[in-house]
Amino acid sequence: MYKASSRKSDLLLLAGFTVAVLLAPFILGPVGAGYPDLLQKFAIFGIFALGFNILFGLTGYLSFGHAAFLGVGSYAAVWTFKLFSMNPILAVIIATVVGGVFAVAIGFISLRRSGIYFSILTLALAQMSYNLAYSVLTPITNGETGLQLAQSDPRILDVAFGRDYGAVLPSSDFFGIHMTGYPGYYFCAALFVLCFFLSMRIFRSPFGMMLRAVKSNQNRMRYTGLNVRPYTLAAFVISGMYAGLAGGLLAVTDPLAGAERMQWTASGEVVLMTILGGAGTLLGPVIGAGVIKYFENIFSAFNEGVLEQIFSFLPEFLQHAMVSISSMFVGEGWHLTLGALFMVIVIFLPGGLMEGFSRIWQRLRRMTKRDDDKPVEPSSVPAE
Amino acid sequence: MSILTVENVNKRFGGLQALSNVNLQVEEGTVHAIIGPNGAGKSTLLNCFVGRLEPDTGSVVFNDVSLLGLKPHQINQVGVSRVFQTPEIFDDMSLLENVTIPALAKRDGSFKLNAWNAVRDENGIRDAAMECLADVELDGKSDELARALSRGDKRRLELAMCLVQEPKLLLLDEPTAGMSRADTNNTIELMKRIAENGMTMVVIEHDMHVVFSLAEKISVLAQGTVIAEDLPDKIKGDPRVQEAYLGGAHL
Repeated sequence: MYKASSRKSDLLLLAGFTVAVLLAPFILGPVGAGYPDLLQKFAIFGIFALGFNILFGLTGYLSFGHAAFLGVGSYAAVWTFKLFSMNPILAVIIATVVGGVFAVAIGFISLRRSGIYFSILTLALAQMSYNLAYSVLTPITNGETGLQLAQSDPRILDVAFGRDYGAVLPSSDFFGIHMTGYPGYYFCAALFVLCFFLSMRIFRSPFGMMLRAVKSNQNRMRYTGLNVRPYTLAAFVISGMYAGLAGGLLAVTDPLAGAERMQWTASGEVVLMTILGGAGTLLGPVIGAGVIKYFENIFSAFNEGVLEQIFSFLPEFLQHAMVSISSMFVGEGWHLTLGALFMVIVIFLPGGLMEGFSRIWQRLRRMTKRDDDKPVEPSSVPAE
Repeated sequence: MSILTVENVNKRFGGLQALSNVNLQVEEGTVHAIIGPNGAGKSTLLNCFVGRLEPDTGSVVFNDVSLLGLKPHQINQVGVSRVFQTPEIFDDMSLLENVTIPALAKRDGSFKLNAWNAVRDENGIRDAAMECLADVELDGKSDELARALSRGDKRRLELAMCLVQEPKLLLLDEPTAGMSRADTNNTIELMKRIAENGMTMVVIEHDMHVVFSLAEKISVLAQGTVIAEDLPDKIKGDPRVQEAYLGGAHL
């Protein structure tokens, strides 16, 4: 249900989001996700999903090829490292721009159609990019091996400013701070907060309203004097830039770019993230990205030994039964858990996890109202 | 002065001559009804005004601007708004948003990347939208979703969406189709009020009750040609009209 947001609630949401992102190492520590590599993934794929949501959540155009922009962003960032400088600022700017330019080209072609035809066109173009990266474009992408840094790279700007990395392979560094571990996370986190802020502005703006109108009724839009194509193209390019930035950050935290990043499974993953969290909501995609990356890293690390410990309180034959059943859902089989979770959510909560949260929140509110007349405490769960 | 001039418009669909040599002049500030039996070409003609169809030959001129070759959104931007037979509204948006969108389209043109400011700070736009909702007596429901409205209310919302743009010409395709008698009468009253404010309207309608309570001029279309164009009283008594439209029965 639509509810006008106030400036105050937006500020609260942004402040809450910023605090949560900054304190993530402490908040996520108890659930075993407080280590920098995974936190970086949360932030990077959060950005990817935020951008995807601007296209899919607002306009309803389901792109099945967004990983292409992620891959292009990575390649652009690694090339920036190789040619110009190891400074991540320049790399993410170029990755974003290149992602956007690539999105103009793909959007221009695929937005001629809508619905399933649009999805198929984006899928086809992304798979083409993937195959090109693997074969014909090997001079640029280094094919199967993936694009890597080398000691002999020119790095014009670094040389001009007298930066010398000596005999070791350089890693990206932000004015002397290496972009690995926590510094790498906080670099991603700063951009994550910025992206969230921009996404919020778009959601609240007349432009965002027009994008929702695209999803609702294109016919009425046309007869209301609005040209639909530029709106969808702008949304497509913005989300392509978000994806390019995310790809660039992947390269910043680990200076390597491979074609598999562009594969259709990666495109499918961001669709899952967005739907799981709640398409069209501000926070949903971020939560979806977090849940999926968490499952991927935590559940896949479970093995039979861990399971035997968990079920050790049971009699031995039951323990063995439980271990053999649940072992299908962890380790290599974590996709099975994800699939089951996804099905449950789509069937019972079509609006994603955000719908679940807002239902719980409303129920709590009703209960507290009935109990007494105390003013309702503001909560960090927004009424999106 | 005539605001819309249609000359010698022809439109053929395969073997069917949908419109043949249609001429029409809509005077500024009047309500002009187009009536005719099913398949007479009324909707085809309307579609030629708004850019959904392109006539094979002939001209459609609005306020000295030729509408031929223009896209629907361009035609709206020169001041022509349209109400559809089945209300076309933004179902999953609130009533206020439904009216805000056309108001923004009027102010900002057909495309503007206005992504930084918040809609809630657009006080002028909101006031205009609320005023139009009040005009159609829907201001009490401004936060509700449009999909929850009754058929009659959806039609009124669509009218508000057109009115907020202050069009120079309002096209209505069977505005009371599928409505209860009460809703129909409400809609007639509403359209009368709009007409009294000097709005030029072209109404396509089946319901004679609606036509004769509103129209100041009537064109009768049969088999793609205008067989009569006159004042309502004259049309009522025209034997050709009765023959074509009512199969000889008397009104």
